[in-house]
Amino acid sequence: MSTSIQTLKPVVEEQTEKHTLSALVDNEPGVLARVIGLFSGRGYNIDSLTVTETSHERHVSRITVVTEGTPMVIEQIKAQFMRLIPVHHVTDLTVMGKALERELAMVKVVGKGENRVEALRLGEAFRAQVVDASTDHFVFEITGKSGKIEQFIQLMKPIGLVEVARTGVAAISRGPEKMDDHQK
Amino acid sequence: MSRTMTGAEMVLEALLDQGVEHIFGYPGGAVLPIYDTIFENNSIEHILVRHEQGAAHAAEGYARSTGKVGVLLVTSGPGATNAVTGLTDALLDSIPLVCITGQVPSHLIGTDAFQECDTVGITRPCTKHNYLVKDVNDLARVMHEAFYVASNGRPGPVVVDIPKDVQFAMGDYIGPKKITHRTYRPVVKGEQAAIREAVKLLAGAKKPLFYTGGGVINSGPQACDILREFVKKTGAPITSTLMGLGAFPASHKQWIGMLGMHGTYEANWAMHDCDVMVCVGARFDDRITGRLDAFAPNSKKIHIDIDPSSINKTVPVDVPIIGDVGHVLEDMYRIWKNKAEQIDKKALSSWWKEIDGWRAKKSLGYKPSKKTIMPQYAIERLYELTKDRKTFITKEVGQHQMWAAQYYGFEEPNRWMTSGGLGTMGYGLPAAVGVQVAHPDALVIDIAGEASVQMTMQEMSTALQYELPIKIFILNNEYMGMVRQWQELLHGGRYSHSYSEALPDFVKLAEAYGGVGIRVDKPDELDDAIMEMINSDKPVLFDCRIEKLANCFPMIPSGEAHNNMLLASDVEAEDLQSAIKEEGKVLV
Repeated sequence: MSTSIQTLKPVVEEQTEKHTLSALVDNEPGVLARVIGLFSGRGYNIDSLTVTETSHERHVSRITVVTEGTPMVIEQIKAQFMRLIPVHHVTDLTVMGKALERELAMVKVVGKGENRVEALRLGEAFRAQVVDASTDHFVFEITGKSGKIEQFIQLMKPIGLVEVARTGVAAISRGPEKMDDHQK
Repeated sequence: MSRTMTGAEMVLEALLDQGVEHIFGYPGGAVLPIYDTIFENNSIEHILVRHEQGAAHAAEGYARSTGKVGVLLVTSGPGATNAVTGLTDALLDSIPLVCITGQVPSHLIGTDAFQECDTVGITRPCTKHNYLVKDVNDLARVMHEAFYVASNGRPGPVVVDIPKDVQFAMGDYIGPKKITHRTYRPVVKGEQAAIREAVKLLAGAKKPLFYTGGGVINSGPQACDILREFVKKTGAPITSTLMGLGAFPASHKQWIGMLGMHGTYEANWAMHDCDVMVCVGARFDDRITGRLDAFAPNSKKIHIDIDPSSINKTVPVDVPIIGDVGHVLEDMYRIWKNKAEQIDKKALSSWWKEIDGWRAKKSLGYKPSKKTIMPQYAIERLYELTKDRKTFITKEVGQHQMWAAQYYGFEEPNRWMTSGGLGTMGYGLPAAVGVQVAHPDALVIDIAGEASVQMTMQEMSTALQYELPIKIFILNNEYMGMVRQWQELLHGGRYSHSYSEALPDFVKLAEAYGGVGIRVDKPDELDDAIMEMINSDKPVLFDCRIEKLANCFPMIPSGEAHNNMLLASDVEAEDLQSAIKEEGKVLV
C-alpha cells in the first residue's frame, strides 16, 4: 500500500536531511504538548527534543528539536512550528552554518577486575567524569556531540554497561548573533 | 479602568465588548454561572440548540455568512466532546469561532470528576489555539485574545475552557483595547518584490489562469471586489475551489466553473495546460490537484496565502506571497494598472479558443428525464426560482453537495456555506440555522441528502423555537449516494450498507416538528412545489424524490490527472470499474 501511495507523491525524489531547530516559546501549560502533538499528528520525526525555561523574567523556554525529512518537509515543519500561537521564533540552526551541539549522558557500568580497569581507562580517554562509584560500579558523566556519546556507550556495552540517561541535544549557533536576530 | 466582577460576568462583558449579538449553546452543570448571567442580561441573544455539534455548525454558518466571529457556549465533558466535530470542521475551512466550554471546578480537575474531560487536550489538534483559564484575573485577557486569534491571520476556532469556580470567582475586568498579543502577529502586507515579480510573470503569460479559494471570501467583500476588477482587467480565465465559490460571479464570461474532482472539464484542462497559475487564498488540496506528479506540469505558480505553512506544502510554487489576499491583490492590481500591463492579446485569444473547445464538451450535460426528477434538474430549477432573491445556500456532504456546486450559480461571496475540508455530513441544517439567525429576512436553503440531514435533524426543533424559516431541500435517492458511487467505481457495485432500507416519512417528520413537509417526485410538479416551499413562512422539509442511481460527473478518478476526466457521456461506453487504477484505490 505504501509503495502505491509513493507513486502519487510529488515530483523530485529527495534525500532526507537531519536538521536541528531551536524555538523560543512562552512557557505556559501545554506548550510542549502542542509541539509534540504537531510532530506526531503530521507524521514528522523527532530524533531528540530538549526543553527548559531559559528566560525566567519573560517565562520563555527554549525547545531544541532534532528532526529528519526532505527539504520540503523540513520547510513545512518550520512553518507549522511557527504557526503555533505561543511560539516566538523558530531558527533552523543547520542552515545557519555549523551550530554547536552538545549532549550530556550519565552511564552506569557494573563490574569487577579487568573490566573495571578498562571502563575507567575508556572514561579517561573520553574525558568522562566519575560522579558516583562503589567497588562494584561507576557512574560516568560525559558531554559532547551525540556521536561521541554513542561511541562511548557502544564501547561500554561489553564491559558492564547497565543503564544510560541522556539529555538529548542542546544547540546554539556560532558567532556573535543571538537567536532573536534570526527571526523567520 | 478595571472593574471588579465575577468570571461569569466577565465572559458576557467580553462578548459585548467584542460586538457579539448572538451565541449558540446548550447549558449544563459546568456552565450554569454563565447561563445565570445570560438570564439577567438580554443584550445578547442565546440560541438554544439541540446538540452541541449543531451549535458549532450554526456558529460556523453565522460566521461564514457575516464575516464575524461565531460564538458557542457548551458545558464540560460531553458538551465539549460533542462540539469537537464542529471545531475540526471550522479548523479545516478556516472559519473564525470562539467556543466557550465549562469545566469542572479547579480542585476536581484530574480526578475523573462527573462530566470531566481533558477539553484542552482533546481540542488541541482541532483548534487554532485553546486556553484553560485557571485564574479569574486572566479571564478577560484570554477572552479578548481568543477573538483576536480566531479572526486574525488565517481564521480558525479557539476554545476557552473555564472551570466552574473561576466563573464564580471575583476579579478585575479589562477591556479589549488594552490587549496586545505577545507572540501572534500575522503578516498582512505582502512583500513588494514578490508582488512585482508576480505581476511581471502574469503579464508575460500566454495561458494564464486564476485559481481562487476560501481565503478570498475570508479576506472580505473588498477583496472579492478587487479580485473581480483585477481578473476582468487581465481578461484571464478564473476557476475556484468549492470554498471559493461566489468570489467571482458565475454568470461572467471569464468564469470557467469549479475545478477539482467534480469540477468542470474546461476548468481542469485549463489548470492542466496553463503556463502561469495565480493561486489566491487556496491551498492545493488533494481534491483539487488530483495526481500530484501530473499537476499543471508546465506552469509557473504564484501563491498568495496568509498562512506560511500553506506555501510549498504539497505543490512547490515559484512566487510565494505571504499576506492577506485583499492587501496583496490591491498591491498587485495597482502595480498592474500603473505599469499598464497587458497579457498578449493574440496569446490570450488563442488560449480562450482552447478553453472554448473544452467548454464545448458540455461536461455538466446530463440526460433529462420526463419520468423521474434528475438531481441536476432539481438544482437548476431551485437556482432559477431563487436567484433573484437574497438567497443563502448551505449544504450537507455528498453527491448533492457537488451537484449544488455545479448547477447553482453563485454570484456573491458569503452566500455559500459548505463543509469543504472535513466533509462533515450533518453540517448543512444547523449551518442554515446560524445563517438564518444572522439574516432573518433572507431565504436560507440547505441543499441536503436524506442521509446527511438525519445526522443533525434535531435542529429542526431549534428552527421552530426561534421561528427561523429555513428550507431543507432534500435530494432523496435513498442511498448514501457518493458512497454508492464509489462502491460502483471501486468495489464492483457491491453496495455494502449504503442503502437506507428504512427512512422516515419526511413530510410527517416536518409536521411532527411543527414545520411544513412537501414531497414531490414528478419533474412537472417540481416548480410549483419549490414555490410553495419558498412562500412558506415556516421551516420546510422538502422531500425531493430523485433518480436513485444518478452519479455525479464529471469526475477525476482518484489518483488521476486533470486531463483524465470521466464525463457522463463516456461512462456508458467505458467500464466504470476500470476507471480507477490500483494505486488510486487507496486514496479517498
